[in-house]
Amino acid sequence: MSTAELSAPALRASRRRYGEDVIKGLLALCALVSVATTVGIVVALLFPALEFFREVSLVDFLTGKTWAPLFEPAEFGVLPLLAGTLVVTFWACLVAIPFGLGAAIYLSEYARPRTRSFLKPLLEVLAGIPTVVFGYFALTFVTQLLRDIGIQVDIFNALSAGLVMGVMLMPTVASLSEDAMVAVPRELRDGAYALGSRKLQVSTRIVVPAAISGIVASFVLAISRAVGETMIVLIAAGQQPNLTFDPRRAMETMTAFIGATGNGDVPTGSIEYKTIFAVGLTLFVMTLVMNLFAIRLVRRFREVYE
Amino acid sequence: MKGRSRDVRGAIFRLALLVSLAVAFVTLGALLVDVAGKGFEFLDPFFFTHPPSTDPHQAGARPAILATLYIGVLLLLFTVPVGVGTAIYLEEYADKNRWYNRLLEVNIQNLAAVPSIVYGILGLAFIVRGLGLGRVVLAGALILTLLVLPTVIIAAREAIRAVPDSIRQAAFALGATRWQVIARQVLPAAIPGIATGSILALSRGIGETAPLIMIGALTYVAFDPSLLGPFTVLPVQIYNWTSQPQEDFVKLAATGIIVLLGMLLTLNAFAIWLRNRYERRW
Amino acid sequence: MVSAAPIHIEALAAERPEPGTREVVFDIGDLTVSYDGNPAIKGATFEVYRNFVTAIIGPSGCGKSTFIRCLNRMNDLIQGAGVEGRILYHGQDLYGRDVDPVEVRRRIGMVFQKPNPFPKSIHDNVAFGPRVLGMTSDLDARVEVALKQAALWEEVKDRLKKSALSLSGGQQQRLCIARCLAVEPDVILMDEPASALDPIATTRIEDLMHELKKDYTIVIVTHNMQQAARVADMTAFFNIEKGEEGERAGILVEYDITSKIFTQPSDKRTEDYVTGRFG
Repeated sequence: MSTAELSAPALRASRRRYGEDVIKGLLALCALVSVATTVGIVVALLFPALEFFREVSLVDFLTGKTWAPLFEPAEFGVLPLLAGTLVVTFWACLVAIPFGLGAAIYLSEYARPRTRSFLKPLLEVLAGIPTVVFGYFALTFVTQLLRDIGIQVDIFNALSAGLVMGVMLMPTVASLSEDAMVAVPRELRDGAYALGSRKLQVSTRIVVPAAISGIVASFVLAISRAVGETMIVLIAAGQQPNLTFDPRRAMETMTAFIGATGNGDVPTGSIEYKTIFAVGLTLFVMTLVMNLFAIRLVRRFREVYE
Repeated sequence: MKGRSRDVRGAIFRLALLVSLAVAFVTLGALLVDVAGKGFEFLDPFFFTHPPSTDPHQAGARPAILATLYIGVLLLLFTVPVGVGTAIYLEEYADKNRWYNRLLEVNIQNLAAVPSIVYGILGLAFIVRGLGLGRVVLAGALILTLLVLPTVIIAAREAIRAVPDSIRQAAFALGATRWQVIARQVLPAAIPGIATGSILALSRGIGETAPLIMIGALTYVAFDPSLLGPFTVLPVQIYNWTSQPQEDFVKLAATGIIVLLGMLLTLNAFAIWLRNRYERRW
Repeated sequence: MVSAAPIHIEALAAERPEPGTREVVFDIGDLTVSYDGNPAIKGATFEVYRNFVTAIIGPSGCGKSTFIRCLNRMNDLIQGAGVEGRILYHGQDLYGRDVDPVEVRRRIGMVFQKPNPFPKSIHDNVAFGPRVLGMTSDLDARVEVALKQAALWEEVKDRLKKSALSLSGGQQQRLCIARCLAVEPDVILMDEPASALDPIATTRIEDLMHELKKDYTIVIVTHNMQQAARVADMTAFFNIEKGEEGERAGILVEYDITSKIFTQPSDKRTEDYVTGRFG
């Protein structure tokens, strides 16, 4: 080996490596796209919303009981939309949370590996179905089904939408909860079994509490997704703002309002146009708070077990 | 000590859990059966080759299907470079102790959970009216890119993270620069995971309806779409038909759903096949 | 004194070189390495000689791996790692401002504890180094020479295109050595290269070291004292000491020819370690 020529080696680089810096710059630029998206969302919502609130007082908006932006005289109380969102979300979570958690407990604590390996993907199939399909199902099947079993629902109603949305959200709850429960170390379970506990006790008193951050995170995420979901309610819940808590009636949610108005030929800059952004901002803030909370919860459970 | 009592409570609990699973699967089954039953009538080549019409017996979904395919291709072209680039930056270059990098991570996680209609608002404000692109295929593709990007980033990060550090160490020790290590060792090993994640993200993007409605994809489109022309996509076409009262349009909607689900099933099956065939077990 | 007689091999140094008689490859002065402010090694000072095998021994946690990673600037890759003191490589400051870590690592190669071949073919593993460094002329010849030097050529010459992961542990480690040799380094650093291998594979690696030191300078970290006694010309013994505030850091206790370290150590701590009283 010619180590003689390396006796006085030149450790300086033969040429400056500019390429490395250029590449790092390009990659950082890619990362900035996501920053630009968030900034864009905030700007897109904030400015028109602020203009809106110059014409309509925030108090009237948040406490008004009638939503009629296109009538004369126009009224801009968001409560009917909020009620629509909350009612649908309530029924969705009534389905998604208990059944999603139940499915997760079964998959994590009861199912044999082989059963689990085909049940989990099947649940994922449910998660992959586009929301427009669920909307169709709610309108054309579930509404009829509810009537057949004696519940007098309007053609468009919050109940069908809520129930179907609940099933749609089950995989969200199930998947995240199951991840959290599977991450709980075996030793905790073994210790309980060794003391003579049955599976019911181990699951509910040991595993679920240990995985609680992840489980609660899944609930919060499900609520957030229910609040933000558009197609199911647009198709099946109706476009009649209705301040009520009776889910058998038609109700309009915040998302349905945005969807219905946004595609119409609403003149840019008009007050009706700006309502999109005011309601959108409300929606965004609600889901943002929930998402950040859920992210923190997930981080906490990951820190404990990983 | 008493003799072993029947674990009634345990059995009831187990049953309740099975019922939970059943709710999901029975609903899925009912949905598929209903769609298949109603959609079967209009499912024929005519559906693929003809544009929609006010007469349901003369209606097809050709423009919608074509636009969906175009947008799918554009989606891949846009999201994969940017998403993988972001993932590489976060995993291989960014100092995790710096506040701005941590903020970047939280930002991406949050964007993944923002309601899709908000992306529609973003698109309406900036791309359609702001950039002046108008209600065109390209605008739709751009908005869906932004919506799907966080998913691609997260999947790419996982694939890159799965490459063992010992490979990087060996490459560095031989005198490779950071980019050489990434391009020649890390990325090739991560490609199966990245491909799978991208395809799954793509299938999510194709099924999206709300953002595209917001940018005007609801127009009655009876001609083949072009990059800078008005358009509709299959999910929106389904929505369109579902909203019409006549029974026949409901059936058409079901037919559209069969085609859409067929596309998604193919994509997902392909992604799973990719993963099983090429994924490395470290 | 020593409880088990170490095996003597004539090729080991019989006496410590007089200053100026043997070329110094590394001149290490007052080396202190810390991670996030916590010292891992403090004040290490000694010289590594050309064409010698120098062993670094000591109890676990004494900073052996940290030390060796300074020699090829692999510690640069760890966030929060700080290196103070002097390391001169052939008289040049290894951590000088203009110094390019890529050039350093080209000349000072490393073999790791657990064999880590790339998930590529045998040929591409060995060819990787030359390719990234631009040494692409006669690539196949370079690969062959490197594999021969690593005593692996005969076993793999007919299956160069096969995946490196299909080799046994010992073969993989020799492949990693070949990979390292392919870039024509000056120094080879080995971080416990045989600790993950069976005894037969270990012996082959040790025999290889005797061959390689004719052309290269080798620094090996090992927790196996018999191994140090078998292969090393010089041995450095590191130990963990408590500082004033109670922090634990590695320090160099004694550095001498191997036979002296094991039979007549000057420091009591060395004697305690090599006779197995602790560590």
